[in-house]
This record gives sequence, structure tokens and C-alpha cells, in this order.
Amino acid sequence: MQSQNARQDIILSALFSVAVLTMPIWLQPIGAAYPDLMQKFAIFGLFAIGFNILFGFTGYLSFGHAAFLGVGSYTAVWSFKLLTMNVIPAVIFGTLMAGIFAALIGFISLRRSGIYFSILTLAFAQMSYNLAYSVLTPITNGETGLQLRQQDPRVIDQALGVVPEAGLPVTNLFGFEMQGYTGFYFCAILLIIGFIIALRIARSPFGMMLSAIKSNQNRLNYIGVNTRPYTLAAFVISGMYAGLAGSLMAVTDPLAGAERMQWTASGEVVLMTILGGAGTLLGPVLGAAIIKYFENIFSSFHEAALLSAFDFLPDWLAEPVASVLGLFVGEGWHLTLGAVFMLIVIFMPGGVIEGLNKLVSLVRRRPDDTAPAAVQQPHSAE
Amino acid sequence: MVKFPNGFSRRTVLKGGAALTGAAMAPTVFVRHAFGAEFRNNPGSNATVPFGFNVPQTGAYADEGADELRAYQLAVKHINGEGDGGMLNTMTPKALKGNGILGKKVTYVTGDTQTKSDAARASARRMIEKDGVIMYSGGSSSGVAIAQQSLAQEMGIVFMCGLTHSNDTTGKDKRRYGFRHFFNAYMSGAALGPVLEKEMGADRRAYHLTADYTWGWTQEESIKNTTEGLGWETVAAVKTPLGAGDFSQYITPVLNSGADVLILNHYGKDMVNSLTQAVQFGLRDKQANGKNFEIVVPLFSRLMAQGAGENIKGILGSTNWNWSLQDAGSQAFVKSFGQEYGFPPSQAAHTCYVQALLYANACETAGTFYPPEVIKALEGFEFDGMGNGKTLYRAEDHQCFKDVLVVRGNQNPTSQFDLLEVVQEVPRSQVEYDPSIFGGELGPYEA
Repeated sequence: MQSQNARQDIILSALFSVAVLTMPIWLQPIGAAYPDLMQKFAIFGLFAIGFNILFGFTGYLSFGHAAFLGVGSYTAVWSFKLLTMNVIPAVIFGTLMAGIFAALIGFISLRRSGIYFSILTLAFAQMSYNLAYSVLTPITNGETGLQLRQQDPRVIDQALGVVPEAGLPVTNLFGFEMQGYTGFYFCAILLIIGFIIALRIARSPFGMMLSAIKSNQNRLNYIGVNTRPYTLAAFVISGMYAGLAGSLMAVTDPLAGAERMQWTASGEVVLMTILGGAGTLLGPVLGAAIIKYFENIFSSFHEAALLSAFDFLPDWLAEPVASVLGLFVGEGWHLTLGAVFMLIVIFMPGGVIEGLNKLVSLVRRRPDDTAPAAVQQPHSAE
Repeated sequence: MVKFPNGFSRRTVLKGGAALTGAAMAPTVFVRHAFGAEFRNNPGSNATVPFGFNVPQTGAYADEGADELRAYQLAVKHINGEGDGGMLNTMTPKALKGNGILGKKVTYVTGDTQTKSDAARASARRMIEKDGVIMYSGGSSSGVAIAQQSLAQEMGIVFMCGLTHSNDTTGKDKRRYGFRHFFNAYMSGAALGPVLEKEMGADRRAYHLTADYTWGWTQEESIKNTTEGLGWETVAAVKTPLGAGDFSQYITPVLNSGADVLILNHYGKDMVNSLTQAVQFGLRDKQANGKNFEIVVPLFSRLMAQGAGENIKGILGSTNWNWSLQDAGSQAFVKSFGQEYGFPPSQAAHTCYVQALLYANACETAGTFYPPEVIKALEGFEFDGMGNGKTLYRAEDHQCFKDVLVVRGNQNPTSQFDLLEVVQEVPRSQVEYDPSIFGGELGPYEA
């Protein structure tokens, strides 16, 4: 049985890797196969996977995860400014710094659970946002955002004698420029590693402990288990994922702004996870991709484009159709997302993954098989 | 160690993964080199060229963004030879023929900057990487403009700034691939100075409220330099967060600070809110140091005047352009904009419209879309007939030099749009400066 599961996990990881690495091919038909959007898929996929370790596995709903994303970004940009344009230190420092930050916030917030925990994390994130926005302007450059300058010291690059080109230097991995497709593959490989780590966590005794905490923390306390170290570890791991995602944002686009820490960004990752399926392994990645796709593709439609798309209709029909649909695209993309989100939460509380599972079992069900298919264990992401 | 019953080991899996990565990377290597032969987003033999219009559709500057988008749509029409041609009839010298650019029709894609550097750059990347735009333009915030301008340099796609007023845009953060038609804080200061001295005297105590980002900082600095040059004293300069909504906590201290002039370095909805609250707190009816308390808004626009309503009356400021100007270019633009949308354009609309036309014209002049050639055609280009009189795109910093308007909120408006009264058209020579005072470097032609 154990080896059976392990084999399934290997197959799942392999399929996931193939799917992620071939994104430039199979995303082509839906117009999403351009580097910037695919980088976002990978980065926010990581962010959501990390969030899911806390929310999906452990049952703690954090409303302040964007703070760690922001910390990761700022640290990474500072690494580019002070040390080197190589991305390795930036990613390592960004992840570590977010981990330290998460340990501090988690240490305090995890004294409470449920809604009080959520409110505490929200408060901390809002504090970090305001600090970054105004008080810490020397470190964060406030509203303008932290940007690279030609005159930055970059001590390691200087010591290695890297000749500065004219114009701003570009982030690189030992000479490979981290833009366009190479930037995407860098993020994609980290996403795959992050996914496999999350999978290993879910299958480990530690992961079992997290699900135990999710299902009944009181019982654990009564039998003498101290749950605090486990929740704190989950919180820190989750924060480090967010920090990694944040530093990758800086890697692909070396700029960090306070708006990355705003509560709307924290809410977005909650939406991603629930939309995809909280507690499942693939769900958060799917949710992140769906939301980013809506944000980037739907917001780019405008009425003139709609009109030309409907020009096969007679004029008196094309105009009203385009103007009604126009409400849902362009600046109205939030409206579409809201409607989709409501539909999913009402009809598929387990998220997109539950919908897919239902589909699969519909196809597979034999006539004599009357067992309801909807009741699934949380780790049924396969 | 995990065991696999059907014989494939961890090693096989790793090998497979590595092979797969290699296979997936391979095509991109070829694509990159194919790209290197020419320039990014070369329209080649396509029948159309796409422009990208990246404007704030949500947030504190959404009104400006909506008006900018209207202007861009109009500009595309005129470049393609539809409509009445607008400023194409008055622009001199002109290479455009009214049949698109170099025989290709212009299309466009739009995006929402959300007045956030992050979102603006993501949207711009989408335009460049997916929609293949040859140029992008727009924006209503200097922070966002600077962020997009450095992206332009990285990507090798020209960015024509929309409304951005910070000195940094063509100062320390200037870029070879970024161009600004709009005026800047330094010019506002230089234009306002003499008028302020005439109206308020040389012995005043000023209190600044400043939007806390690049534009606010440089405007505060420029206005301070000007007023202190007149002999005014600066009591305090307080930074306020962008999009604060409620400014009462910042305005209350002004009352007892001993200041007799309040300078609001705010724009968009921020300015509407802070001005309205300042007036509600009775600042304008107050006497301080034996003088009438005055409010100055260094950067003004008609859209803001509309938002602030009654409160704007009699308040001094500067503006890039106003629809009431009587020159042929402004008139032609106001006419075609009015026919299309039923109301006059704002200064944001004007600058964006002109930017789109100037870029198109530069391509036509250069005879190619190859960015370094287009940039050279724009640098040092001197033109007329687009409002503001004779205008120069200075080659050293990509800043346009033209007449600046000092305006006052109209006491007796004749219509809901007649909100600004032009006090003085300050000639170009009075606002010119040496490009070296702000430092910065344009960078190379080849991105």
C-alpha cells in the first residue's frame, strides 16, 4: 500500500512537471503563452502552495500572507542593489528573511486560533504595509517603490570585476538573463521543487500532525501533545514559500512596491486557494493560474475588440451584445471573477479540483456503482 | 528509499526530468537568436501596427485615465485617416499622410495601470510580449511613468509618457526610450513664481502638504525653491500618503502653524479631497499675519476643478494646456474631441493625443519602426500647431519645452467646463533650464 502511494506520488510529480514545463506549448491556444503571464502562474502558484500548507493542511486562515511576499521582494531587490545581480543570493535571502519575519508574526498570532488568528495576521500585514508605505521610506522608497539604480554598489559584482553595461543591469543566473522564457523556466523549476516539497510534507508524519491539528486541536491538547511547535513550523514554512514567491517577483522584474503587501493581495491568495480547492495539492496552483489569467486577459479586452469579435452578428444585435459583455471585461474583470467565484463556491465547495474529480468519477462510474462520488478525502488531489 | 515495483528508479525519474527540461528549453534558445537579427516586435510585412495604451482605469487617477483613453482612440482614428483629422491639419512640420504609419493601419490594445508600478509593468509586459505593441503610452502618475520608462529601456520598446509632472521623469530617472510632452514641477515653479509675487507679495509664510511619492517630492522642492527665492518662508512641509481620502488630520495643524499660504502638492482625487476639506475648515476666510489666507495648487487640471466644484474658485495654479486656448491646433483638437464625446478634453487627454501623433510622425519621418531611428527622429524635433505654441523635444533629456499656463479657478463660469481662467501664458524662454541640473543618464540607443 505504501509503495502504491509512493508510486502515485511519483507519477503525480512527473505529470505536474511535464505540465508546467510545457506551458509555453499548451497555453498557446488560450493566448496565455507569453513569458510575463507564465512567470506569474509559476510565482503565484508557489505563493498559493505555501498558503495552502497553512490553510489547507493545518486549518489556520491567515489574512496577512502578502506581508511575507513583500518582505521577500524587498530583500531580493536589496540583494540586487548591494550584493550582485545574480539571482541565487536574492532568492535565498528573500526566503530566509520572510521566514524570520514569519517566525516573529507567527509567534504572536498563533496564540489564538480561528477568527482571532485571522484578524491578528490581517493587522500585522496592514502594519507592515503602512510601515513600508511611509515610515520605512528610506528602506522601501515608499509609494515610488524600490528600484535599481546604475550607481548601486553591488559589491560582489564589483569584486568579481563584472563590467557594468550602459543602462540598468539585468538579473541573471550565471549569465542567463532572467527575463522572458529563461525567467519563466527558472520560476517553473522552483515551482516544481516547491510542489514536491509540499507533497512530501503532506505525506510525512509532520503532515499527519498538521491534519490532526486541522481536524481537532483540542483532542490533541487533551492527550498531551503540544501543537504550538507544529503550527509555528507550518506558519514559517508557509511564510518562506511566500518569501520565495516575492523574491521571484523581484527576479523577473527588479522592482518592489508597498502595494504587494496590501490586504487585497493577501485576500487574493485566499481566493486562489479556495477557488482551486483548499487542502488539495494541485488546487492552489490551478486557482492561482485561473485568477491571474482573468486579471491579465480579461482586463485587456475592450469594447472595440468585442465589437469586431461579434461583427458576424447584424449591427442592431452586435452593439447591445458587445456593450453588455463589455461590462464583464476590461475594468470590469473583477465582476467576472466574482461571478465565477460565487458559482464555484456554491456548486463545488471543494473548488475546481472537486469539479474535476466529479467529472472523472462520472466518466468512470459503472452502472452498478451507486456510491456517491462527492465524498472525497482531502488528499485526493490525484 | 522508495521502491518502485515496475522497475523505474529515482535515477530514471531524475534523468527523465532533466531530459524533459532540456527539450522544453531548446526551442527558446533558437527563438532568442532569431529575435536578435532584427528588433523586438518588428511589424515586418503586417498590414497593421499595434499601439499599447496603459492608463489608470481604477484608483485615484481613474478620471484622468478614462479621458486619456478617449484621446488615444481619437488619435488612432486621425492617424488612420478617419474622422476630421484633428491636429493633423495644423501640425507643422508633418510627415504623416493620414493613411496610418508607413502605410500600415494603427490598431491598439488597452491595459489598466491601477496607478501601481507593479500592475503597470505587468500590463505593459503583456502588451509587449503578447500583443506585440511597437510603442506604449499613458499613465497619470510619475512613479508609474518612471517604472514603465525603465521597462521600456529594458525591452527596447518606446514609451511615450502620459501625464507625469515629476522632475525625475526627465531628470535623474530619464531613459533613452522614454519621452515626455507634459511639463514638469520645475516649470510650474518658474511659471508661478512671478504671478505669486504679484498677487501675494514677497513676505509670506508657506505650509506644504505633499503627496508622498516622486512627483510630490520634486514638486515640493521646485515650488519651495521658487517661493524661497521670492523671499517667502517655508513653515513646514508635511508628506501625506497617496489616496488618503481624509486629510483633516493634516489640515488641522495648518491653522495654528503661523502660515498664511497653504500649498497643496496633490493631484487627482487627493487634491479634490484636500482642497475641499481645507475650504470646509475655513482656511480661506481666515486672516493670518494680517493677510488673507491663500491656497495654491501648483498643478491644476480641469477634471480636478470639476471634482472640487465651488472650492476651486479663485485658486491659483499652473497647467499644461486648457481647452479654452485659441490657437488653431487646440481649436481643431477641441472640435473633434467634442464631436466624438460631447465635452471638451482635459490636459491629460491633450498630452496623450499629442504623444501618439508625435510618435507616429517620427516613424513616418524615420521611414522605419526601428526604435533607435525613431528616437533620433524625435530628439530635437521642433514643431508647432499642437497647442502651446512652438515646442521643442529637447534631445538631452527628452523633455518638451513650450509655453506654460498659469490659471485661476474661474469665479463666474459660463458653463460646467469653463472652470479655469488663464491668468498668463508664460513664454517658453522663462521656464527653460539647463538639463544638467537634475543629473541622470539617458542610456544607449540599442536596448
